[in-house]
Amino acid sequence: MNEERLTEILGKYEADQSAIIAVLQDIQAEFGYLPKDAILTVSKEMNIPLSRVLSLATFFNAFSMEPKGRHPINVCVGTACHVRGAQLILEKLERELSISSGDTTQDGDFSLDEVRCVGCCGLAPVIMVGDEFHGKLTQTKIPGVLKKYQK
Amino acid sequence: MEEQTSEKTYRIHLMVCAGTGCVSNNSFAVKDALKEEIKKQGLENEVLVVTTGCNGFCERGPLLVVEPGKIFYQQLTIKDIPHLVEEHFLKGRPVEKLMYSPPEDKTPIPVLNDIAFFKGQVLIALRNRGLIDPEKIDEYIARDGYTGMAKALTEMTAEEVLEEVKQSGLRGRGGGGFPTGLKWEFVRRASTNNGGIKYIVCNGDEGDPGAFMDRSLLEADPHSVIEGMVIGAKAIGAQQGIVYVRNEYPLALKRLNIALDAAREYGLLGENILDSGFDFDIKVTRGAGAFVCGEETALLASIEGRLGEPRPRPPFPAEKGLWGQPTCVNNVETWANIPVIINRGADWYHSIGTETSKGTKVFSLVGKINNTGLVEVPMGISLKEIVYDIGGGIPGGKEFKAVQTGGPSGGCIPKEKIDLPIDYESLSEAGSMMGSGGMVVMDEETCMVDVARYFLSFTQDESCGKCTPCREGTKEMLNILTKITEGKGTEEDLTLLLELAQSIKDSALCGLGNTAPNPVLTTLKYFREEYEAHIKDKKCPAHVCRELNTYTIDEVACVNVGKGCDMCRRNCASDAIVGEKGKAHTVIQDKCIKCGVCYDVCRFGAVKVD
Ligand SMILES: Cc1cc2nc3c(=O)[nH]c(=O)nc-3n(C[C@H](O)[C@H](O)[C@H](O)COP(=O)(O)O)c2cc1C
Ligand code: FES
Ligand code: FES
Repeated sequence: MNEERLTEILGKYEADQSAIIAVLQDIQAEFGYLPKDAILTVSKEMNIPLSRVLSLATFFNAFSMEPKGRHPINVCVGTACHVRGAQLILEKLERELSISSGDTTQDGDFSLDEVRCVGCCGLAPVIMVGDEFHGKLTQTKIPGVLKKYQK
Repeated sequence: MEEQTSEKTYRIHLMVCAGTGCVSNNSFAVKDALKEEIKKQGLENEVLVVTTGCNGFCERGPLLVVEPGKIFYQQLTIKDIPHLVEEHFLKGRPVEKLMYSPPEDKTPIPVLNDIAFFKGQVLIALRNRGLIDPEKIDEYIARDGYTGMAKALTEMTAEEVLEEVKQSGLRGRGGGGFPTGLKWEFVRRASTNNGGIKYIVCNGDEGDPGAFMDRSLLEADPHSVIEGMVIGAKAIGAQQGIVYVRNEYPLALKRLNIALDAAREYGLLGENILDSGFDFDIKVTRGAGAFVCGEETALLASIEGRLGEPRPRPPFPAEKGLWGQPTCVNNVETWANIPVIINRGADWYHSIGTETSKGTKVFSLVGKINNTGLVEVPMGISLKEIVYDIGGGIPGGKEFKAVQTGGPSGGCIPKEKIDLPIDYESLSEAGSMMGSGGMVVMDEETCMVDVARYFLSFTQDESCGKCTPCREGTKEMLNILTKITEGKGTEEDLTLLLELAQSIKDSALCGLGNTAPNPVLTTLKYFREEYEAHIKDKKCPAHVCRELNTYTIDEVACVNVGKGCDMCRRNCASDAIVGEKGKAHTVIQDKCIKCGVCYDVCRFGAVKVD
């Protein structure tokens, strides 16, 4: 964890307690998850009880306490994707990567998560790998998509 | 006006859609290719490339509209660009093969307004869609932007603005449909505590998991929301505004911030707006990904940095909202309607729609429908017109089954009710609700029990856990539904489902719980026979519920028609198919995990599912 970046983020909000969610969001964006040390520092610097910071960190879906893979995969399970077969796509990915939804592969290359509606329902079913969209998927297209990111 | 002279110097404007749908379809690469080719052909002083927000017809992206003339190009790839630029922009010959042609008849339709998808739409909230670059305030201003605000601030009293909105009949577009003018009046009348100020909030949390109206609005036309909020602030007497944007919408956030900066720079926001002596500014808060935060009291809690849990109302936010002060919460689309109402007057707005539902509503039309996208239609239009005329019907010649509106709080409207007019009351009477504008079309291959289970698992997941009926009740309902989809349900389960639904509806703390049973109730009401098929026959008629499916291969079709093509075996996820090229294939049932790949890859219809 980069202490300097954390100090910068905290400095931006000047210990304004109502900005706690924004602070956690910035940390999540910077590190890809909420490192334990960061949570401790936030609690101390902003003078907010650790229990409260932790309850916020677990309540909101935007936060994760575990680091994600180098290529985080988000499978859209929004309504449009669901009726066009998102569940089968998710399970195909689980089999291909030999992990369950929510987990990261041993080599740290991929993590697999579910999101709800990424805003391009016209392309349903959709997955995102990092910032890239892959739409109109079928189970048979999955290995090809993964290959793009595997070295 | 400066921008008009600069517009005149270009012979042609190319409006490239840069909404999320088109961007994910590579529209930025298409834009770059266009720019490059235009330069190559020496047209850069004649042809201007503009990036716009979502055009609406996302299904056909990436999209390009050529102005003047509104020539509509679709599904572009970078390979198409050199030919297009040379033919159309250099030689003046529009390229037919890149135009839209309806699935049923292959004649290309060159002009956007002639395409059925656009024809039935009436644009008020989306008035600027595809016409402006959302990152350029001048383009918004050139299309009458901020004139409604100027009128409200310099020519009208606060009471007059309030009266205009009341008279217009506008109702909240966030789901509840509460009359907007009336809400404003409550906040205006409420007094602040301890010398505080009043707030207005734009709810851009958009929790419905299959809808993207608010996102598109913020991405495509952020100034319309800002202008609406300033007008509201004047009517209410608020000094501070907050836009709450869903966490998953980075592009909306970016464009909103650009818009806010530009508005401040132009003196349209901040102190003494337009020299009227009126002060008002807007801050942005990011959501953190919790559906319940769309509920107004939870939303306000999360803005204050607290856990996004709802609290009982009253007191309503209009009395005690943000930091205990009177607060007006309205939805993104509600705000975007305001400038037009002030500009064109309440009477004009009132003339559109039905007796009780005025104006238009934006829907995100998705699911099993040919023309997926964003549509804005006058209230009172029939479901049929939306599905068949605008939506172009169901793909693959499949049969239409139902439309789901209102997201996890709504319900399914069956085929028999296809003539239902779209307004708040008709949708509620049918057991669904207007909701924020999600409209998911379902066909014969959609299982209604699975849909009910899907929404229940969503609400169960998103229940904040504060009240027992919602936390425990939805869990129990979900268990029953899961049992049914696995073929383990009983007749008594249906009775139990109904009882649970009623008690959750009556006793949950907030709208999330109160409405969570709706998807189950409507599917049970209109599609009871599908539930019974799962329970009695242990069959899923739509072949969606996996445990109930059996895959087999028709030997005759496999060998005689398909020549034992072996595709199924090679793609099988679990080595459950035996056979070799040229010979008959069979499924070993106890190895089959029912992923259905064999069914999808067989081009000869030899794989059967039952
Ligand atoms: C569980 C739940 C989720 C909601 N989600 C949203 C939402 O995503 N967007 C929204 O504008 N309103 C949502 N609402 C409604 C808001 O509480 C509030 O009524 C609305 O923002 C008021 O604005 P309007 O009058 O302009 O519709 C939700 C309500 C509930 C109970
Ligand atoms: S539901 Fe998947 S993109 Fe909208
Ligand atoms: S994103 Fe381009 S049309 Fe919707």
